[in-house]
Amino acid sequence: MLKINNLCAKVGDIEILKGLTLEVKPGELHAIMGPNGSGKSTLAAVLAGRDSFEVTSGSVNFDGIDLLELETSDRAREGVFLAFQYPIEIPGVSNLNFMKAALNAKRAHKGLEPIKAKDFLAKVKDCSSLVELDGRLRDRSVNEGFSGGEKKRNEIFQMAMLEPKLAILDETDSGLDIDALRVVSKGVNAMRSPDRSFIVITHYQRLLDHIIPDFVHVLSDGCIVKSGGKELALELEEKGYDWLKESSHDIPNI
Amino acid sequence: MERTDEDKLIDEVTGKSYEFGFTTDIESDTIAPGLDESVIRIISSKKNEPEWLLKWRLEAFKVWSDMKEPDWAHVEYEKPDFQAISYYSAPKQKKELASLDEVDPELLNTMEKLGISIEEQKRLSGVAVDFVMDSVSVATSFKEKLGELGVIFCSFGEAVQEHPELVRKHLGTVVPKKDNYYAALNSAVFTDGSFCYIPKGVRCPMELSTYFRINQAGTGQFERTLIIADEGSYVSYLEGCTAPQRDENQLHAAVVEIISLDEAEVKYSTVQNWYPGDKQGKGGVFNFVTKRGICHRASKISWTQVETGSAITWKYPSCILKGDDSIGEFFSVAVTNNMQQADTGTKMIHLGKRTRSTIISKGISSGYSQNSYRGLVQIHPGAENSRNFSVCDSLLMTDTCGAHTFPYIEAKNPTAQIEHEATTSKIGEDQIFYCQQRGIEEEEAIGLIVKGYAKDVLNKLPMEFAVEAQKLLTISLEGSVG
Repeated sequence: MLKINNLCAKVGDIEILKGLTLEVKPGELHAIMGPNGSGKSTLAAVLAGRDSFEVTSGSVNFDGIDLLELETSDRAREGVFLAFQYPIEIPGVSNLNFMKAALNAKRAHKGLEPIKAKDFLAKVKDCSSLVELDGRLRDRSVNEGFSGGEKKRNEIFQMAMLEPKLAILDETDSGLDIDALRVVSKGVNAMRSPDRSFIVITHYQRLLDHIIPDFVHVLSDGCIVKSGGKELALELEEKGYDWLKESSHDIPNI
Repeated sequence: MERTDEDKLIDEVTGKSYEFGFTTDIESDTIAPGLDESVIRIISSKKNEPEWLLKWRLEAFKVWSDMKEPDWAHVEYEKPDFQAISYYSAPKQKKELASLDEVDPELLNTMEKLGISIEEQKRLSGVAVDFVMDSVSVATSFKEKLGELGVIFCSFGEAVQEHPELVRKHLGTVVPKKDNYYAALNSAVFTDGSFCYIPKGVRCPMELSTYFRINQAGTGQFERTLIIADEGSYVSYLEGCTAPQRDENQLHAAVVEIISLDEAEVKYSTVQNWYPGDKQGKGGVFNFVTKRGICHRASKISWTQVETGSAITWKYPSCILKGDDSIGEFFSVAVTNNMQQADTGTKMIHLGKRTRSTIISKGISSGYSQNSYRGLVQIHPGAENSRNFSVCDSLLMTDTCGAHTFPYIEAKNPTAQIEHEATTSKIGEDQIFYCQQRGIEEEEAIGLIVKGYAKDVLNKLPMEFAVEAQKLLTISLEGSVG
C-alpha cells in the first residue's frame, strides 16, 4: 500500500524529516507517536502534498505510483485522505456542496459520472450517522462556527464519504472530550477494512485505547527511532520519550 | 418565387430590431474629433431631436466646460483627452466575420467556459448568424406580451420621438446636468441608450434585458438610460451580459436614472465585463458611470452589480429615499485583477420617514489591482426612525493588491439606526490546500471559495444571470493564486 523510503524533507532551511522509512500494508493501522517537533505533522503534510515542504530525497510509493510526483488533488483522488489537526473554515460554501464537489472530482478521475442526487443524499445520511453529525451541521458552511469536537467529527464524516485507501489522522484526538473521542474512534473503527490503511498520529495513548493499532512507531528528530506493537504505546505513556532519545544517536534538543 | 413563412418571420425579426431602434442610425458617418457647441448641434440634428432637448444639451455642455475632472477617487490614470474623441460616430458596424475561426481564440475560450451556446458565441463576436426558429418566436412573443401590458421598452432615441412628454418630464430629474463632471458630459453628448416605462399597477412579467436589444452595433460610449416605474408597478431590469465585451471606446460615461413612484419596485441588475486591459494594464475601458434612483412613498429600488471588467471603474449606484417608508438596497461584488482599479460603492440618502437601506459590498482583489469601497449613508433631519445596515467585506488574493474602504456616515436625526460591519481577509493557502486535499483542483477551489464569499450578493441576481456570474467570477480570477 504505502512504502516510504529514506524520506528527507525541509521547510525553508530547516530539515525536519531526516531519512524516514515506513511500510504500511493494506488493512494495517499504524500509530505514530513522538515528542513535539519530531516531524509527525510534517510527515502528514508531505504525504498529502503541501507545497511549503520541500522533499530533498527519498521516495514514497503508493499502490505502485510515485506519490511525490502527483499534485495534491490527484493524491486525494487516488485515495489519500488527511484528517486535519486544525480543520479549515470555508464561509459561504455548504458542507454538502463541498462534499459533492470532492466526491465528483474523485469520480471524474476514475471516469465515472457525477453521483446522482438520491445516491448522494443516502450516502450523506449513512456517513453522518456514523459520527453522529446532525443535519444542522451538514447544511452549514464548511466548519464555520463549529466547535473543536464538531470539526473533528466533520473530518471523519468526510473521510467516510470519500472512502480513501489510506487515511492519515493528524492528532484527531487533540481538543476532544471523552465523549467526542469515543464518537470519533467509533467512526474510525467502522471504517477499518482489509483494503484500507491508516496512519494515526497522536501524542497520547488514550486514543489508542479506542483505536487499537497494529503497530506503533516513535518518531524523534525526523526518524523512526523505535517500532513495536500496541504495547509500545503503554510503555511510552509510562516512561515518556526521553529514554528513547538517549538510546538513539545524537539528537539535539528541540 | 413564393415567400415562405420562414422568410416572413425572418423579416419580422429584422424589422423588429429596426423598431427597437438599434439599427436605424447605423450609417458610416463619423464627425471629426473634438467637442464644441457645433458638435452638439450636429448630434441633436442627426437624432432629429426637439428644440428643448438641444437646449438641454447645450446647457449641460456649458456646465461641463466650467467643471474640473474629479480626482477624489482612489484611482490613477491618464486623464482622457476630450478633444481627441469623436462624439458622433454612428455605432460601428463591426466587420462581419465568416466563421468562428476568425475570432480571437482567447475570447472563444472564455465564452465556452461561460457555457454560451455556439449560436450565441457567433452573435456576440460578430459572426454572421442564421436566424433560428426558436429565437424568432421568443423575440416575437416578448414584444407582443409587453405591448399588451402597455410596457414601453425601447431605445432612448426612439423614446424621444415617440414619448417626448415622458422623457421631458423625467430626464435629468434624478441625475441633474450639473451633478458631476461625467454626468454633465453625458448630458451634453449622449447618443443613445434605453428607455423603459412600466404603467401603473403593472407587474412586468419578464426580466427586461438590454441583452435582447443590443445587436452587433455594440453599446454606446455615452449611454443614457431612463427607467420609470409608475405607481404600484414592478420591473426587473438587466443590464449587460457576462460575455466578454471588447469595446474599442476607451472612455465610457453612462448615466442611468430610475424613478420609482409610489409603491413601485425596481430591481436593477448589472454584470459588467468590459475589457480590463492586459496584464501590464495597457488598454482597457474607463468606466465612469452615474447611476441613481429616486424612491417615492413606500417604493423600493434594488441595485445588484457584479463588476469584473474595465481598467478603471468609478461607479456609485445610489438611492434617494424621498418618500416615507421607501427602501433602497445595494448588493455588489467587485473583482479586480492584474492592474485594474475600482472605486465603487453607493449612496443612500434618507429623506423620508421610516426609510430603510441595506448595503452589502464584497470586494475581491488580486494581482496588482486596487479595489475601493466608497459609500455614503446620509440620514436627513426629517428622516425619523430610519435605518441602515451595511456590510463591506474585502477579500485579498495576493500580497500585491490593495483593498480600501471609505464609508461616510452622516446622521442628522437622533432616531436613526445605523449599523456598519467591515472585514478584510486574505484567501487562505490553507483553504485552497484543504480543498485540494479533498480532490478539488486549485482553480475549482478558488472558484468555490470566492463564490462562497460572494454568495449573499449572487443570490440576489436573477437565476440564469447568477449561474453565469458565478462562472465569470472564477474566470476573472484564473491564475490568481500560486
